Order: sequence, then structure tokens, then C-alpha cells
Amino acid sequence: MPRARVLLGHGSGGKLTHQLIESLFLSQLANPILKALDDSAVFSVDSRGRLAFTTDSYVVRPLFFPGGDIGRLAVCGTVNDLAMVGATPLYLSAAFILEEGLPLADLRRITASLKGAAREAGVKIVAGDTKVVERGSADGLFINTAGLGLVPEGVDISGSNARPGDAVILSGPIGNHGISVLLERQQMGFVSTVKSDVAPLNLLVAAMLQASPNIHALRDPTRGGLATSLVEMARQSGVAIRIHEGKVPVDEEVAAACEILGYDPLYVANEGKLIALVAPQDAPGVIRAMKKSPYGRQATIIGEVLAEPRGKVLMATRVGGTRIVDMLSGEQFPRIC
Amino acid sequence: MRFLTEFRQPALAEALAERIRRWSGPPVSLMEVCGTHTVAIFRHGLRGLLPPQVRLLSGPGCPVCVTPNREIDKAIALASNPGVILATFGDMMKVPGSYSSLAEAKASGADVRVAYSPMEAVEIAQGNPKKAVVFFGVGFETTAPTTAASLLEAKRLGLRNFFFLSAHKLVPPALMALLEAGEVRIDGLICPGHVSTIIGSRPYEFIPRDYAIPCVISGFEPVDILQAIAMLLDMRAEGKAEVAIQYRRAVRPQGNPQALETMAGAFQVGGAEWRGLGPIPQSGLHLRDGMEAFAAERHLEMKIRPPREAVACRCGEVLRGLINPPECSIFGTGCTPEHPVGPCMVSTEGTCAAWFLYKPGG
Repeated sequence: MPRARVLLGHGSGGKLTHQLIESLFLSQLANPILKALDDSAVFSVDSRGRLAFTTDSYVVRPLFFPGGDIGRLAVCGTVNDLAMVGATPLYLSAAFILEEGLPLADLRRITASLKGAAREAGVKIVAGDTKVVERGSADGLFINTAGLGLVPEGVDISGSNARPGDAVILSGPIGNHGISVLLERQQMGFVSTVKSDVAPLNLLVAAMLQASPNIHALRDPTRGGLATSLVEMARQSGVAIRIHEGKVPVDEEVAAACEILGYDPLYVANEGKLIALVAPQDAPGVIRAMKKSPYGRQATIIGEVLAEPRGKVLMATRVGGTRIVDMLSGEQFPRIC
Repeated sequence: MRFLTEFRQPALAEALAERIRRWSGPPVSLMEVCGTHTVAIFRHGLRGLLPPQVRLLSGPGCPVCVTPNREIDKAIALASNPGVILATFGDMMKVPGSYSSLAEAKASGADVRVAYSPMEAVEIAQGNPKKAVVFFGVGFETTAPTTAASLLEAKRLGLRNFFFLSAHKLVPPALMALLEAGEVRIDGLICPGHVSTIIGSRPYEFIPRDYAIPCVISGFEPVDILQAIAMLLDMRAEGKAEVAIQYRRAVRPQGNPQALETMAGAFQVGGAEWRGLGPIPQSGLHLRDGMEAFAAERHLEMKIRPPREAVACRCGEVLRGLINPPECSIFGTGCTPEHPVGPCMVSTEGTCAAWFLYKPGG
């Protein structure tokens, strides 16, 4: 049966991915820690504290793009997954699957970039693995990183902790990573200065935690974009989230590229942004703290958490309408109409 | 790119919406022909701004949706040939044909590649001289010039392993077929902006002349669409029927002569089969005389079984503006964007997908 095969859409980070996780992986592998479905697993090892543990694989094409490369991505993505549960990232592993024929100069450049990102985030790469597969079996190289962090006492951040009344804070403009990679990959002939936002967000999160003990949920909207992450949190917490289109920052060049291609920036990937659901009285202080960090200078409130309709995300459009925002379904493709 | 914010100004939109809400004539049904308009209307929540007596209907303007099963079956059959690489636009991947989709064929081993422009397919052909590379071309007048340009480039390069399968279609003949069938009352047409940048406004002149229906060629920003609706209502109030251009920043009456010339260099007009509308004369683009060397159907082996339709799917009626998607019994249950039964649920510009994703009034 052709329908019984994995499709590319299963890796898009949207609805098909969620269906695969829920119907296949969770149904067989479920345990309370996995079922939390946060960016990192959080668990106690003994009475001394809680660990955060996560893993992610990086398969970006091209390997180098404006603003970053697969090495920086592999560190930042895993560091951010740890940061999104409030953990202080400590140790990373890096496993390389190399394709026969990959120029060693490229590998050296990627490793140097990985090292630079790890230094910036203050984490150490303490374990690794190398495999080589035959030409044609991989797209140059794939990197898997796993990360271990420590969750400070009193910190309880989860996508399931959102409460009605919370302010929805976004750390900056969306869509830069996805558009920069797309334009680089497709060589569409646009003259563009759009750069990926790929960045480690752990120091930003640390500053936010200093400013407020009432940060309920954090998430970095990577594949599937802002829309998918908001829907995930609304469902996990059983609340509604309303955002205001006019308040969601999108850089002009990203907006223009989205317009030409027929993309909705709400669904375009980011690698250096976060969403925070914060008790409303603490939101101004959190934003002040974020603005002091290089990766939170454009932090802003884009909406609020409501009690109803549970599990839904609504958007008040600029022109006065309202629409439902759902998860990404499959991949976005340029319009042909 | 400041123009984007300019055409999304709340005050301007509200003033136009207020002008539309003052409509005191009889109920009107306005059809937006183009899929990009359908999506823009939902994305910006415009339906919620209109009074009940101004109704919007979605038309047959999504090129993926109007591609019949038989065309998709042909593409899958070509791709299933081990010596073939088939390239097409991403939106075509998930569209179910009679027996499977291109995405499923790819997962089963067929070499199917998503191309962001037809020129990419030419590059694939250059890089794979031992393979036959087929570009499955889909789209209206908007994309046809770039496909034509890629064919002319392949000819200039003397490529012998580059082939073309056409599902390219033309909008005005489909509008004529829809109006001629008379199944649905249309009081005004919001004509497609992107298509019109190529063909101009003149090819729509038969609509007011022969059917007394006013037309406005509209852009895709919320203010554009609201202004187009207001212009249609003004014409109805004055008893006028003309083709007006709201999208003046991009559309000229004569269109884009250079693009039209490129199209004519590669294509000739002929009959075509439309999903939901059936065969329509003079509505398709085929390779012109002298370009036969690129005809995939002529040069490559292709075994197809008789086409079949999903029994419960009512995409055909959706495309003709006869029903709204929720009136289809499988909408949102048996047919979703993840598991689409009909093409209107697959394409990002499909009416069913727009209804499902944005849930009007939600």
C-alpha cells in the first residue's frame, strides 16, 4: 500500500508530524515524561534537582546560508530546546553522519561554527560520534545533537502551564530563517539581505527568569512557525490564545518575499525567536529585561491567553476581521496562481 | 515594500467596509475567480466585514484544483518510469489522482522533484544527461510565460532529454463556460490580478457585453479586495456593466506584450479538460508546431489505467460555485488537508483548504 509509507510532509513539523508522533511513537513509547511533549524532557535524578534532556537532528539544505550554517543550527537548536523549559544548558553531544565526498574544508568550517555557537551559549560538547555513508545517502552531512541542562529550583515552565490572562510575548520579527534558507536554496533571483536569525536563546531566558518568577510557558517557534507553536501551547494548556496581526513583527523584506511567494509568515521557520506566556503584571518587566539582550531587542506583546475556545488560536486581523490560526499542514509552497 | 502596509491600513479598510455595508440594493453574489483571492479573503477575515446581502462565491481559479485526475495519472505514470525524473510545483505533490498522488509515488521510489520554477527542471535535465526529465507544467496565464521561457531555453540549449507535460490552462474560456452553463447566479466578478498582469483587461470584455455582469480586476491586499467589491456594487447601483481595473499598479489594459509573445513562442491554444467543468474548447496550452520534440506524451512510455473519481468528493460543484465546502459530506471529516480526497482541499489556494484552515466567522 503506497499510503503506508512515510511522506516528506511527515517531517514538516506541522499536523502530519504531530499525527505521526501521537499515533505511532507516543502510542508505543509513552511514559509520563515523554507525554509532556515539551521541547525538553524534565525529570528528577535524585533529591538534588531536576535535569532537562533533549535531542534533535539537523538536515538543512544548503549547509551554509546567510546568517548561519548547519553547525551553528545544531548547537542553537538544542540549546534552545533546553532553554524553553527554563533549564541552564550544560553539556551537548554531537553526532555527525557524513556523506562520502563531502569537502573536508566544509566540515572544518562547520565544526568551527559549531564551536563558536557552543562558546556563545556557554555549553561544552562532551561526546560525539562519526559515521560515513555512501555518496547519495545523505545531503552532505546530517548532525544530531543531544543536550543536558539543569532546571533551577522553583522554575516550572511548560507548554501546559499557560493561564487565561497571560500576556503573549514574542522576542522579535518572524520568518527570517525560513525565508533566508529558501531564497538561498532556490536561487530565486531575488536580491535579498534577509539573514537567518539562528541564535542561542539561553542567556535571554536567564535574563527573563531573573525579571519574573511568573513565566508560565516558553517555546521557540521553529518548523511550523509561530502559528504551529501557539496552537501546540493552546492545546497543551487547554486555553485559547488571541494574537493581533498588527502587533506581530515581520521585517519588511521578509514580508515582501512572503507576499511574492504566497507564504504566510506565521508558518515560516525561525531559529532564534521565542514565545513567552507570562503573567500580565510581570510582562512589562520581562520585556524590559529582554530588550537588554541582543536577541530580544524587539520583544513585544502580540496577544493574550483566553479561557475559551479551548485549544484554539485566534487572530484579530489588521483590517478588523478575525480568523482561526491552525497548525501548518504539510509544507508551504510558492503560489502558482 | 511599504506598499504592503499601505494596502492593509485599518482606517482605509473600515471606510470601504462601511461603504459596502451601506449597500441597499437586492442581495448580490460576487464571485472571486482566483484562488489567491479566496485565501486572502479568509486570511484577512474579510467575509466577516460584509453585510449578509453581499455574498462571496469562490470560482474555478485554482490551477491545481482544476487539474483533472487523468492529467495527474499521466504525471505519475511518467514518474514511475525508472529512466525519468519528473519535476513539478510543490502544490501538485499531494493532489490525489485516480489511484495515488505524486508524493506517494515518490515515497514508493519514483524520482519526483519539487521545482520552484520551470527553469530548475531545465537545470536538472542539464545535470542528468542519461535521464529523461519531464516538467509537469500547471498553472494559468500567470505561470505559463515562465514555462514557455524554459521550453525556449531548452530548445536554445539543444536539450534532447527535456520533456514537457502540460496542464496549463486559460482563465477567460473557463469563465465563459461557467457563465454559459448558467448554473449559478453571478452579479459581479472579482477578476484575477496576477493573470491579468499578463493578459490585461480586454479578454474579459465579453463578460459585461454578453452577460451584463460587471468585472473588477483586483489586487490581493485587503484594501484592494474591499475596494473591488465596492466598485462592483457601485456599478450595479448605476446599472453599469464594464471591466474596471482596481489593480492599476500592476495591470494595463493590453497586459504584458513581452510575456504574451514568449507564451506564443512555445504554445498554441487548444481544448482542455477541467475538473468540475469538463472539456472546454480553446482553454488549454499545448506545445506549438516546431516544439514537438519536447512532448512527453509522444516520446516517453506511459501506461495509465482509466481515470476514476472519488465518489463522495464534490470539488466539481465547489469549483463551479454551486456549493460551499461545508456542504460536502466529507468536508473536514473524511477529507482534510493531511488526507485530502479532492484537490480543493490540497492546494494552498483551494477553496476547501481555505474554509478548513480559516473557518469563516471563527
